[in-house]
Amino acid sequence: MPLKEYMGLSQINGPLIFVENVGNVGYNEVVEVNFRQEKRIGQVVQISDKFAVIQVFQGTEGLNINETRVKFLGKTLQVKVSEEILGRIFNGIGEPIDGGVDIINGVYQDINGSPINPASRMYPRNFIQTGVSAIDGLMTLIRGQKLPIFSGNGLPHNRLAVQITKQAKIKGEESGNFAIVFAAMGIKHDDAQFMLSSFEESGAIKNVVTFLNLADDPTIERIATPRVALTAAEYLAFEKDMHVLVILTDMTNYCEALRELSTSRGEVPSRKGYPGYLYSDLASMYERAGMIRDKKGSVTQIPILSMPNDDITHPIPDLTGYITEGQIVLSRELQRKGVYPPIGILPSLSRLMKDGIGEGYTRADHPHVSSQLFAAYSRVQEVRALASIIGEEELTNIDRRYLKFGDAFEKEFLSQGYDEDRSIEETLALGWKLLGNLPQSELTRVSEDELKRYYKEIKES
Amino acid sequence: MNKKSGKIYMINGPVVKAREMTGVMMHEVVKVGKLKLTGEVIVLEGDTATIQVYEETSGLKPGEPVEMSGELLSVMLGPGLVGSVFDGIQRPLEVLRSKSGDFLQRGVTAEPLDFEKQWDVEVLVNEGDQIEEGQVVAKVKETSAVEHRIMVPPHISGKVTKVKKPGKYKLDTVLMVVESESGKHEIKLYQNWPVRVPRPYKERLAPSEPLVTGQRVIDTFFPISKGGAAAIPGGFGTGKTVTQHQLAKWADADIILYIGCGERGNEMTEVLEEFPKLTDPRSGKPLMERTILIANTSNMPVSAREASIYTGVTIAEYFRDMGYNVALMADSTSRWAEALREISGRLEEMPAEEGFPPYLSSRIAEFYERAGRVKILGPEDKNGSISIIGAVSPPGGDFSEPVTTHTKRFVRCFWALDKSLANARHYPSISWLDSYSEYTTELVDWFAQNVNTDFSKLSKRAMSLLSEDNNLQQIIKLVGEDVLPDDQKLIVRVANILKVGYLQQSAFSEVDAFCDMHKQYEMLRIILMYYDRASSLISKGVAISEVLEEKIVNTLMRMKESVPNEKLDQFKQIEKTIGSFFDSLDEKYESAKEA
Repeated sequence: MPLKEYMGLSQINGPLIFVENVGNVGYNEVVEVNFRQEKRIGQVVQISDKFAVIQVFQGTEGLNINETRVKFLGKTLQVKVSEEILGRIFNGIGEPIDGGVDIINGVYQDINGSPINPASRMYPRNFIQTGVSAIDGLMTLIRGQKLPIFSGNGLPHNRLAVQITKQAKIKGEESGNFAIVFAAMGIKHDDAQFMLSSFEESGAIKNVVTFLNLADDPTIERIATPRVALTAAEYLAFEKDMHVLVILTDMTNYCEALRELSTSRGEVPSRKGYPGYLYSDLASMYERAGMIRDKKGSVTQIPILSMPNDDITHPIPDLTGYITEGQIVLSRELQRKGVYPPIGILPSLSRLMKDGIGEGYTRADHPHVSSQLFAAYSRVQEVRALASIIGEEELTNIDRRYLKFGDAFEKEFLSQGYDEDRSIEETLALGWKLLGNLPQSELTRVSEDELKRYYKEIKES
Repeated sequence: MNKKSGKIYMINGPVVKAREMTGVMMHEVVKVGKLKLTGEVIVLEGDTATIQVYEETSGLKPGEPVEMSGELLSVMLGPGLVGSVFDGIQRPLEVLRSKSGDFLQRGVTAEPLDFEKQWDVEVLVNEGDQIEEGQVVAKVKETSAVEHRIMVPPHISGKVTKVKKPGKYKLDTVLMVVESESGKHEIKLYQNWPVRVPRPYKERLAPSEPLVTGQRVIDTFFPISKGGAAAIPGGFGTGKTVTQHQLAKWADADIILYIGCGERGNEMTEVLEEFPKLTDPRSGKPLMERTILIANTSNMPVSAREASIYTGVTIAEYFRDMGYNVALMADSTSRWAEALREISGRLEEMPAEEGFPPYLSSRIAEFYERAGRVKILGPEDKNGSISIIGAVSPPGGDFSEPVTTHTKRFVRCFWALDKSLANARHYPSISWLDSYSEYTTELVDWFAQNVNTDFSKLSKRAMSLLSEDNNLQQIIKLVGEDVLPDDQKLIVRVANILKVGYLQQSAFSEVDAFCDMHKQYEMLRIILMYYDRASSLISKGVAISEVLEEKIVNTLMRMKESVPNEKLDQFKQIEKTIGSFFDSLDEKYESAKEA
């Protein structure tokens, strides 16, 4: 069927253009917007028998009403995927920008994907050892999980993400089948550069697929970037049996772009001006993590988002937390104390941890030790609050021991080097060593057998 | 047959408008476009209809046909429901998997129930019998745990003719024909019912019996009755889903309906993998044999999410009408409310609070009011019930938002989840200060007859200790525990035993995940006995360090794990140990006084 091209627009409003008297156009169809020598890509966001509303990914700057030509391509937004994409760098809508050749062999896939049938999913249980004690011990990452990092400006989320990707491994498995899909949405050049050069140093670059939409790239393109990246990840995981780790950064920039688009479409805003469908929209991406019965590969997601003003109740972290299977929250207070990685463990959580640790996965005492460490560290916070009012001298003996435990915990357990890779056994041994700061009667979450086997009280000098 | 059809003229996300739709009914099911996507009519204006489409609308074009079906959005009710997993509009997900693979494709349809399967049918009526609506006319052993009762659909009664003999039949076999004044009605193994219309019953009854959940904080302090409605609000990470799963596993209902409404796919998978392996502590049968799942995860179409709640509650009503006690868990009603908001926005309706439509509160009320204990239709004097437990996910954990506040108006049981408890890994993180249950007074008699006459008294005493402790904690935060007098210190310590040894209950513990009512009573009794004896010693001037013997306190904290449900006589031993500990303290004190 010949593709029709329409000349002239009826209206331009923000990233949206309106074309009248179109026929045979489908909802969500891709369009080519041609203006003089320049080609842009857009998508139909509303259609009636009289007009079509199109969002232009590269923005509408420089377009005019009468000279702009619009060609409807008769298909939804697709990206070409094959194994050739490994090691390549693309822009936010999947076009190569590393100077290399175009992807020759490959199949086109709709970037929106399709929801995984809940009855086809396989429940994720494989523990991924990240080598970071706070994560492995207390908020274990599981293959097929979506575990975001909630961060703030100036906190080392990029370093932590790089450390996780460098060190991540499944026990007793070769690492050959491992790929990283890295999607950058509106991040700074320096940050992107840091991530890419770190991948290069670690030798992982040939297994990294990169989609870059940097801070000065078109805003609306960001709407497509994570979807393009996830389509690539799904292809590698479910067609090519690879274990794919997807890093999406920064989701806050994505949501800002969505808000901009929604506002220019004149939609009814919900909290803080974000559209009412922000939850469903985020879910359509986060839910693309997982494993499928009878398939070997997996998609694990680590989305990174910076909490505006460090506010965890802001709609973006809030809705994300409702969809993802836990969260790793970075703490500015720990950062000030010089702790790296500054993981605030009390608000952090891994929901899939309960079924991926313990006997047969890590070690039988792991669930109890981690619960005990959480409970004890939570008590430390109370004692510290009390100590700041009445002074340390006035505390009871037990409370003083909690303080000591808290300091040691932050210094020895949470803190570790950027290149330090701790095994799960080392992490658990460290946990037990620190619990030795507390008397046995305080340790109600671990069993008596475990106490006999691992617990050694550190007597006060 | 040539079905009537109209034409699409506008598409905006899941909302599609069509012309030439004269004759279509409100809430009629339609097939939209060449792909035949399932949709439902939600607004009619002249010959135009606004349709919400239950599948992704990408690629749909103006001018494509919309085919009418002449039927309202309905569910199919019959043998085969139990143990199945459906999406929001009752498509069987296992069947879709075999038809279209691991990803959900559009336009694929499948009958909700298996029409090929042969069921062993026991027929209960004879030729010539007069039968009435709701009467059980046949029985099918659906699973080892559930007897499926084939009922006369509502509004039908008359004389039975053409009865089939007992035997093996498929779903669409005509079991009998009922002759009434209005004509002849065929009775098959299944019936259909529109989801938005509550099924009829004779009369509503007052609550009288608790839905025993095996969760101490709920059963002891904030019980829900059979036929009651409860809400579990909590920010993310406070354990709503784990609590819902616990209730689905251990509640003493005959049928469990679990609606995963706009939540995570992996959570549904967890239920699917775990439930067949777990056994019901009462019947000893696999839990999956009494469970029906509706999975409309967050990435599945938002309009089907709106429908999933109604699909679920209608199936629940069908089993209630058989005389069963049904428990329905909806996780999460906030996602359902958001679906209403999203569709309302696409319809360009005037928004009320936070963009939600003004009819939000009446929709919430309609849903929770479908819970209840009722006298069911039919000649026999039988009762059935539906208990609804809805999770609420307030944005930012703020309970003053519209969905939580409106829900609070229509439920009588409120289990508030507390972020600070969850952060300290105190699970279930149900706050004993902010939660309430209005059923407590109505259930006093049941507890007295079935557990112990002083159960309610003990529960009240324990709660007052906990609330006194809360006041003392304010002081401790300011000046530390050391300055409190010994009797108040004792309250703080006993409250701690209650928090750690009673309220905390691990969902993953083999022994403690489910706690029998009698075990709850014994534990409570022994903890309070400890408090009474300790406080009488302290009032005589004995130092608190004497009564806080580490071994005894440890025994109290660990009895939830050390005593299994089936070995309750072990409590006698614990009671004896504690008794003799205090006896010797008493003696020591008496002899010291004499000296």
